[in-house]
Amino acid sequence: MSGRAGDGRMADAVVVGAGMAGLTAGVRLAEAGLRVVTVAKGLGSLRLAPATVDILGYGPDRVDSPARALAAFVAAHPDHPYALVTPGVLAKSVNWLKERVNTYAYLGDPEVNMLLPTAVGVPRPSAVVPETMAGGDIRALKHVAIIGLRALKDFHPALVADNLRASAVSGGAAVEARSIMLNPPTGGEADVGTLAFGRRFEEAAFRSAVAAELRAALHDEQAVGMPAVLGFDHVGSVWTEFQEAVGRPVFEIPTIPPSVPGVRLARVLQERLRRAGGRFVLGAQAVGPELRSGKLVGVRIRTAARETVRAARSVVLATGGLASGGIEVDSRGAVRESVLGLPVWGRPSGAEPGFLPRYLDEHPMDSVGVRVDRRLRPVGPGGEPVHENLHAAGAVIGGARPWREKSGDGISLSTGYLAAGAILEDAE
Amino acid sequence: MIDESLPGFIRGSLDHCVKCNICETACPVMNVTPLFPGPKYEGPQAERFRTPGASADDSIDYCSGCGICTLVCPQGVKVAEINSRARATMKQQRGIPLRDHLLARPSVEGRLATPLAPLANLALSNRGIRLLIEKTLRIHRQAPLPKFAGLTFQGWARRHQPPPTDDAVVYFHGCSTNYFQPELGVQAVAVLEHNGFRVLVPPQDCCGLPLQSNGIFDTARSYVSRLARNLAPYARQGYKIVATSTSCGLMLKREALEILGMEDDQDLRVVSEQTYDICEFLADLDEQGRLRSDFNSLPITVTYHAPCQQQSHLIGKPALDLLDLIPELKVIELDRACCGIAGTYGTKREKYDVAMQVGAGLFGDIRDAGPDLAVCDSETCRWQITHGTGRESVHPVEILHQAYGLGSRARRK
Repeated sequence: MSGRAGDGRMADAVVVGAGMAGLTAGVRLAEAGLRVVTVAKGLGSLRLAPATVDILGYGPDRVDSPARALAAFVAAHPDHPYALVTPGVLAKSVNWLKERVNTYAYLGDPEVNMLLPTAVGVPRPSAVVPETMAGGDIRALKHVAIIGLRALKDFHPALVADNLRASAVSGGAAVEARSIMLNPPTGGEADVGTLAFGRRFEEAAFRSAVAAELRAALHDEQAVGMPAVLGFDHVGSVWTEFQEAVGRPVFEIPTIPPSVPGVRLARVLQERLRRAGGRFVLGAQAVGPELRSGKLVGVRIRTAARETVRAARSVVLATGGLASGGIEVDSRGAVRESVLGLPVWGRPSGAEPGFLPRYLDEHPMDSVGVRVDRRLRPVGPGGEPVHENLHAAGAVIGGARPWREKSGDGISLSTGYLAAGAILEDAE
Repeated sequence: MIDESLPGFIRGSLDHCVKCNICETACPVMNVTPLFPGPKYEGPQAERFRTPGASADDSIDYCSGCGICTLVCPQGVKVAEINSRARATMKQQRGIPLRDHLLARPSVEGRLATPLAPLANLALSNRGIRLLIEKTLRIHRQAPLPKFAGLTFQGWARRHQPPPTDDAVVYFHGCSTNYFQPELGVQAVAVLEHNGFRVLVPPQDCCGLPLQSNGIFDTARSYVSRLARNLAPYARQGYKIVATSTSCGLMLKREALEILGMEDDQDLRVVSEQTYDICEFLADLDEQGRLRSDFNSLPITVTYHAPCQQQSHLIGKPALDLLDLIPELKVIELDRACCGIAGTYGTKREKYDVAMQVGAGLFGDIRDAGPDLAVCDSETCRWQITHGTGRESVHPVEILHQAYGLGSRARRK
C-alpha cells in the first residue's frame, strides 16, 4: 500500500451506507483488494436489529423453507428484489456471512426456517441465526423457563411465556412456558439497559451470581430463554460458561433496541472492513452525485465545514428505504431517492388513502424504491442503467415489503453481495 | 437567569430522534460509568422538559463533550450540541469553579509561564505541589499536564524566513503548539514549505474551545470572534487556513458556529469555509497529484488513533492515507472511540477515573500493538495516551516530517 502518491484517495468504490447491505458490499470489495471508502451519515441500522438473517418468513403464508418457496414467491412478485437473486447466490451470500462472523457461530441455512420467539413471545420465522438464539426454536421446545432481569425494562418474561403458551406450532403442541424474574446484582440501580447488562455478563462474578439465582429457581424445564445480553466480543465463551453454570441449555431472545446481538454483528463487519483496508467516513451525509460529462465520478458529501467530493470508480448506494431515509416522502406524498435523485418506482397513484386503519396494513407506499437491472444498477424509465458504475443494494431497492415478508436481512445480504460481485466483474 | 437557549436548527433536530439508541451504543462515558445516564436521555429526551429558569441538570456534567453521539446519529440529531448548551446553562447558574476558569485559558497560562518555564515545569512535576493543587483546585494529581517549552512558536515564526513561492497558506497553530510544542509548528511549516507553500502565521490567540467545553460561553465567544477577525482577511483573499490542532480546527470549522450560536459572525463563517485540518489539506494535495512523494523509508511500527474531535470533521481518517505513502512504515489503525481526556475533562479530580476507564480499551490496544510511536492528531489525547501507556505519542505531521528527511524528530522527555 506504499508509495502511491498521486492517486491519493481516489477509491475503487464508495459505498454509501453502513447497514447490512453496505457493510456486506464494502467488506466483500475490500477483501478482494479494492480500495473501498464507506460513507455513512450515522452508524447503520444493524445495531437496532436482532442480527438474525430473515430470508423469507411470509409469502403471504408462513414459509417453512425459503429456498424452496423462492421460485413461486418470485413468480408472484416479479418486481421483487429476489427476482435477481438465485437460490445459489442466496446460499453463497449466507455462507459468506457465516464465514466472517468470528465471535460466535451462525447456524442454519436458507433451506429451513426456525421459529424463534420475539421480545413479546411471538414465533418469528428466521433462517440463519446466532448459535445463542437457535435453542429457542419452538418447533423443538416442550418445556421452557423464560427469565427476566429485574432492572431491565421492556423485557417482560411473563408476556413472553404467555404468548409462547398460546402459540401452537403446526403439527405440534404449544410450548409449556413459565416466567421467572431474577434480581441480578446491579448495585442498587433501578434502570439498567441492554448494553449495560451486555457488559456485566462479560464479568465472571456477575455471571455466576445470576446463574446461581437462576439454578435455584428452575424446576424441570428443558431450557431457559433470556434477553439477548450475553456479552459482546466474548459472547461465545460467555454463553458457553453461563450455560454450564446454569446446567441447562440457554437461548437468547432478541430485545427491542439497542440490540446487543446487532452491536456484535455490526462490530464484526466494521472490523472486517477495517482489516481489509477499507476506510470509514462516519457522520458525513452524502448529498449528491459528482458528475463529469454526465459520467458518475464520485459522491458529494457534507463535512464539518463544506461539501467535498469522494472520487470513485464505482458507487454502491446502500442508504436504506423509507425507514432509513434512503427514500424520502414529503407531506404531499412526493417521493424521492435522497442522495442521487434517482428515478423511484412503485409510487402510489394518489388515489389511495394516505392512511390505513391498521398500523401494519399493506400500503402501496411500502414498496417504493429504485429499480435495478441484473447487475444491480438503478435504471431509468426505459430500463437502461442510470450510470454504468452505480449499483444499489438493500432496502433502497423497491418492490419488497420486508417487515411483512420477514425478508429484509436476506435482501440486504444477497443484494450487497451481488452488487459487490458486479463491481468485481467490472474490475477484472 | 442565565440560559444558553438553543438555536432553532439544533432544538428542531431533536424531533428527528426516533429513540433508536445508536448514540447509547457508542457513548464512551455511559459505557463505563452509571454517573452519566447517556446522550439520548440527557439530550433529545431531557431537552423537551428544559424550560427557561433554574437548570435541573446534575448528571450532564459528566458528559465529556466528545461529540460521538452526534457523529453516529443516523437521524441527524445534534445530540452533543444540545448537551453542551444544557451543561453550560447548568454550570453558569451554579457557578463555574476557579479550576475550570484556569484550565480553560491555556494562552493566559502560556504567557505567564513561558518566561518561568523551568520553574513552572518543576513545580508541576512535583508530587507535593500536585497534591496541593488537587486539594485546592481539584485537578487530579496524576492527570497528564503538558510542559511549557520556554519559547513560543510565534517567536520562531517571526524570525523564520519563508521561501519566495507564490502559493501560500495560513497556519493556525493553536495554543499547544505555541507554548508546549513549538517544534510541531516548525515541522508543520517545513512539511508545507517542502510541498511548495509559503506559510503565513498571523498573530493569533486561543480559539476559545476550552472555555466553551467548560461552559464559559461568553468569554469563548469573544476569544473566537477575535481570532476570526485576525484570520478573516486571509480567508477572504482565498488563502486556506491549515490547523495542526484538530480540535481547535474543528472549533473554527463548526463548533463555535453551532455550539456557541455564532452563525451571524461573518468573519467566522468565511474562516470556517477556509479551514482545513492539516492531514485533510495534505491528502487533498495528494488527490490532486500535488503532494511530493519523495518519502524515505521509515521501517518502524506506529499505531494510529483518530481522536473524537478529528472524527467530527467528517472527513474520515486522511492521516492513514498519508502514512500509507511512506515506504516500510507499518501502520496499525486502532478502532476506539475516545482516549477519555476530552480536552480538560479527564484532568478533573472527580472525572479522572472515568476518563482513564474510557481510555482503557485504547491503552490496551496500544500496549498490545507495541508500536515505536503512537500517532494521534490531538495534543491532549497524545498527553493522555502517553500517560496511559508510557508510549511516546506524536502528530502525523511529525512522521511525515521525518520521512521527508527534513530533520530527525526531536525526542521529547
